Amino acid sequence: MLAEELKTLAAQQREAQDAIAATVNVCGAAGCQSLDSETLKKALAQAALAQGYSPARCSVRKVGCLGLCGAGPLVSVEPAGILYQRVQVSDAEEIMACLGGQPVERIRLDAGLPFFARQKRIVLENSGRIDPERLEDYIAADGYLALSTVLSERTPAEVIGEIQASGLRGRGGAGYPTGLKWSTVAKAVGGPKIVVCNADEGDPGAFMDRSVLESDPHRVLEGMAIAAYAVGAQEGYIYVRAEYPLAVDRLKAALRHAERQGLLGNEICGTHFQFRISIRLGAGAFVCGEETALLASIEGKRGTPRPRPPYPAESGLWGRPTLINNVETYANIAPIMRNGGAWFAGIGTERSKGTKVFALAGTIQNAGLIEVPMGITLRDIVFEMGGGIPDGRRFKAVQTGGPSGGCIPESLLDTAVDYETLTKLGSIMGSGGMIVMDEKSSMVDVARYFMEFSMTESCGKCAPCRAGTAQMYGLLGRFAESNATSADLELLESLCDLVRHTSLCGLGQSAPNPVTSTLRYFRPEYEAALGANPAAAGKA
Amino acid sequence: MIAYLKKLEPPSSEKRWKIIAATMRKLGNERHALIEALHSLQQSFGYLDSAGLTYVAATLKLPLSQAYGAATFYNHFTMKPQGEHACVVCTGTACYIKGAPQLVRSIAARQAVKPGETTADGRLSILTARCFGACGLAPVIVIDGEVTGRVTPEVLQQKLEAVIACSLKS
Repeated sequence: MLAEELKTLAAQQREAQDAIAATVNVCGAAGCQSLDSETLKKALAQAALAQGYSPARCSVRKVGCLGLCGAGPLVSVEPAGILYQRVQVSDAEEIMACLGGQPVERIRLDAGLPFFARQKRIVLENSGRIDPERLEDYIAADGYLALSTVLSERTPAEVIGEIQASGLRGRGGAGYPTGLKWSTVAKAVGGPKIVVCNADEGDPGAFMDRSVLESDPHRVLEGMAIAAYAVGAQEGYIYVRAEYPLAVDRLKAALRHAERQGLLGNEICGTHFQFRISIRLGAGAFVCGEETALLASIEGKRGTPRPRPPYPAESGLWGRPTLINNVETYANIAPIMRNGGAWFAGIGTERSKGTKVFALAGTIQNAGLIEVPMGITLRDIVFEMGGGIPDGRRFKAVQTGGPSGGCIPESLLDTAVDYETLTKLGSIMGSGGMIVMDEKSSMVDVARYFMEFSMTESCGKCAPCRAGTAQMYGLLGRFAESNATSADLELLESLCDLVRHTSLCGLGQSAPNPVTSTLRYFRPEYEAALGANPAAAGKA
Repeated sequence: MIAYLKKLEPPSSEKRWKIIAATMRKLGNERHALIEALHSLQQSFGYLDSAGLTYVAATLKLPLSQAYGAATFYNHFTMKPQGEHACVVCTGTACYIKGAPQLVRSIAARQAVKPGETTADGRLSILTARCFGACGLAPVIVIDGEVTGRVTPEVLQQKLEAVIACSLKS
């Protein structure tokens, strides 16, 4: 598809959409789908027909994630901007009957809630607004415009310059500057280059990447294609978890549609640029989120990491220079190219630019997906947007970064969220999972839960991680059963230090974080476990 | 090496082997097709057995140890035959906080099976998963591919009894 054709199609699509008086959007992401939103959509379509709405006047369609997963299934009515929550099949007729008039208050969800109002949507701009399985919908929302413009008007060096100017940092957790990574790969020599998308969202409690892939898969493909043009690659891989079947299906469909329209494959947008993407399924190994382990897995091997350097940018997949970025990072590329790096750099804090998508879950009123500008405080996220803790219980801690992160107590909730401050607090930004815990959760149990996770997921290649996590898990078990000694506490602390500094990859290096952060902020809970032990009490 | 030079035949004339052969052929029967091939094998037969692993390894010209290594390394792959029905309990962080351990305990008490095991009558396998990414609906279970959120031990037992009853009829 040529750039001109793309623009014409976009205009046509928008015109067609504007001609429809009302659009009823049913959330079709995995969360709402598990609440049978598919049947709900059929019921709504039937009710529309029964009430005499022709498809030209009212369209009922499936869209991506509407955000507040905890209140699903969600339905939105556009352009009125009405949101409905926990919609049942039996509500379909009433919703349709009220289409032109007053909304159904009984199931209405206030779209002005801070949960929605305080968001700044860049990555999720199309999420819940387009049908993820229709390429035309994405094109109508300026999709592939950035790619076609870049291919015809910008040099690869200019693209990298724009990304560097945006200040975008890797959204997978480590926060490495994306522009710098791209320029390293662009300069690298040694065989045809490869672009890889890390969609192995292994952190339990994180579902941002799943949602992006299910709601707006083309955005990731476009970002990868722009990256491939910038670094000079013709081959791409998406490594996605097998646990996300819906995301895999939608990605496959998106790839097929884009190739058919000449937006991927040979002669993209009528230029000489070519780029092909293959999908590789993960097989349930957390360590494969680590880049060198991920590459090993694509090569068909066991997913074990290897020492770096050499970094994948110089020697990655099959020894060739490889660019690896996370789903959310690629999802930011098209808007940056459309609006300019300076626009993106104007959002967020001094060192962390742009927005971040967080998955809010745990004991919280509003569980779901939010995209907020960097620099927002944790308190605003948990209490204002998240609506606080249900059932009048008290907040205890918020866990960020999954098994590699830490627990942050209430006293530090006024901290602004960015890469540096979270690291300073002993946690990490991670990929964006945020689990809220109330007073019922024991921090020792939580630390033990994560250590069990790291222990089982350790690939076993290096001894500090393989043996260290098992030892720490054993020690935490004694605390959980209240028969630890003060010597155990000392040993636990020194093991944390040892495993952190001597493990081969990020999994081992960050595995002690849940323990060190809970020791730092909730030490009395560990000490209480000592108190119950007569031997320990005697020593004290 | 001689064995590799012969044309490789699947373990039986069963049609499902053709799917696996096609998966590997699509990736040029190259070594990097191993994990995709194992996915295909497990999807077709429900688990990985030694005949299948040997066939895949030979087709991809890999030592059997490497195929076995991958099959046992990744949590997704299982080398045990599964029960007629499968119930997967998510044990991700959100589900853990919202009561997944109670669900596992309830299964242990009523059905007398632990995660990773199958009931003696072969009707039900219990598995755990790291996270389905449906954390907004925690705790989550998946019975025969169907996801259910906000599950209590009572709901879980109802669902399990329903699927077990289903297999009694058949």
